[in-house]
Amino acid sequence: MVPTAYYLILAAMLFSIGIGAFLIKRNVITIFISIELMLNAVNLTFVAFAHMWHQVNGQIFVFFVMVVAAAEAAVGLAIIISIFRTRRTLNVDEINLMKS
Amino acid sequence: MSHLTNFEVFLLLSVLKVGVVLVITLMSVAYTVLLERKLLGRMQNRWGPSRVGPFGLLQPIVDGAKLFLKEDLMPLAVERPLFLLAPVIALACALVSVAVVPFGAVTRVRGVDIFELANVNIGLLVILGITSIGVYGITLSGWSSNNKYSLLGALRSTAQVISYELALGLSLVGVVLRAQSLNLRTIVDSQSAHGMLSWNIFGGFQFVAFFIYLMAAYAETNRAPFDMAEAETELVAGYHTEYSSMKFAMFFMAEYANMITVSCVATLLFFGGASSPFGHLIPAIGGHIMQAILPVLWFVAKVFAFLSLYIWVRATLPRFRYDQLMSFGWKFLLPLAMANIIITSFVLAIRG
Amino acid sequence: MQLALFIIFGALALGGALNLLFQRHPINSALSLVVVMMSLAVLYWSLGAEFLAAAQVIVYSGAIMVLFVFVIMLLNAGEEEHTTGSRAAYTVGIPGAAAIFCLLSFVFLSERNALSTSAIGGDLGNGVDNIAAVSAMLFTKQLLPFEVTSILILVAILGAVVLARKEL
Repeated sequence: MVPTAYYLILAAMLFSIGIGAFLIKRNVITIFISIELMLNAVNLTFVAFAHMWHQVNGQIFVFFVMVVAAAEAAVGLAIIISIFRTRRTLNVDEINLMKS
Repeated sequence: MSHLTNFEVFLLLSVLKVGVVLVITLMSVAYTVLLERKLLGRMQNRWGPSRVGPFGLLQPIVDGAKLFLKEDLMPLAVERPLFLLAPVIALACALVSVAVVPFGAVTRVRGVDIFELANVNIGLLVILGITSIGVYGITLSGWSSNNKYSLLGALRSTAQVISYELALGLSLVGVVLRAQSLNLRTIVDSQSAHGMLSWNIFGGFQFVAFFIYLMAAYAETNRAPFDMAEAETELVAGYHTEYSSMKFAMFFMAEYANMITVSCVATLLFFGGASSPFGHLIPAIGGHIMQAILPVLWFVAKVFAFLSLYIWVRATLPRFRYDQLMSFGWKFLLPLAMANIIITSFVLAIRG
Repeated sequence: MQLALFIIFGALALGGALNLLFQRHPINSALSLVVVMMSLAVLYWSLGAEFLAAAQVIVYSGAIMVLFVFVIMLLNAGEEEHTTGSRAAYTVGIPGAAAIFCLLSFVFLSERNALSTSAIGGDLGNGVDNIAAVSAMLFTKQLLPFEVTSILILVAILGAVVLARKEL
């Protein structure tokens, strides 16, 4: 028997690490990876709550999050590839065309 | 054994089962290599290995000893941890999926089913998941070798495996629709009513799905005619160019273990698993032990037939070109698999 | 059993996430995320979400992360270097993330009595297995969102093809 709060705290830890990585990392791909980590942390809370309320709605929500993450990864990686083609770099500090 | 508690019996039998199945799988991997060399030899009008032992039967053991004793080269510019990890991932993923395969009729010894390691509700998904993790072995080996041929081979192979995974997964949906379960045991049971006539490939009219599965499985295991990843003429040896000794042997074993897994899945899903092709036409003979062993023999015979088909295809067909491979997967197999799903569910809806 | 699974795989997930944070090379970060996802799949399974556990392995670690690794290999991304922007992120970001974590865990712990405990493989669908329950919900009540996601994926595929074409 594990209190649901433990799962939620684990999810909170993963989410905060995701935020930290999102802010610290300078590589576009790694930033994208930390977004995925945050999505996963949120999914864990959904599954824990679904278990707590004995309803599958939370699991359905996770399913939709996965689908959206797949679509997001496809488009995001395509964007990263086209950025790399034009700018020859993956460092977010050097991708500053709009800043003039 | 009577003084042990149920849990202890379960634990002991499980460990025993895992050990026995692991040893048998590894042995059959070794002998699949020999089978391939013998059959290929006969198809090319030569003898194949014949010097070591009677009919060359000891060849796999000698090969294994040779690979063990070879010098283990570590190229200078590799990413060391990933370079070491890659063959382990490949082999582990290839071996783990055997765990959910039921290879005999339900036979319980003190409440433990001895002919299946784990009866999981989502057995089919487990196999698909483990197969999809296996890609990392190839990808990482190519990237960490720091060799352009390895990298190209790994890129090709990754793209190929991801593409064909779709067709592979979709081709299995028809079978799942018919059995209404993802449990492999239930899928086998749904085909065992009238022997060969109720197998999914004949009675279930899933031959299109079987064709798609077969093509996709050849591509998934990187075997001829889809063995672009290790095309000797173009890429030296593809992703395992830099590997030597035991690490190379692990990739080699992973390839053959994957072949065995794929054959097991094909047997389970389309050919009635461990059930007899004659159904109840042949009266039950022998005692309990005979009844328990006979299904295992059927299962092994079917898997063996598949492995031979694999080797036959390798001996017959030339290698595809890469763009042909991709357009075959995306433009032919994928739409065909979807059409198969639609027609199967339509027929099932009308019938039920 | 539940507690053991939670401790082992929770620690594994946490270790993977920290490794993601501290590794310099993108490929190491991607692989640590794979570790996180696999251990989360085990946690999902222990929470009774069999289908999601399989989908997590197949979709997330088997497809999405392979795509990430593939792109990292394709672009030959090297180790990242530190620039001025990242130092600002260090000073603001880490306390901010820590504050969010403290806030969340404070709320969870203070509401602990309102939250229940979890048993292994909890039975959600009143006797129906998990996949049947999920699919029944997905194809009846949630049919419209389900169909909309298929259109979303189609649009995403087209967008990816357009974006990744050579002559852009």
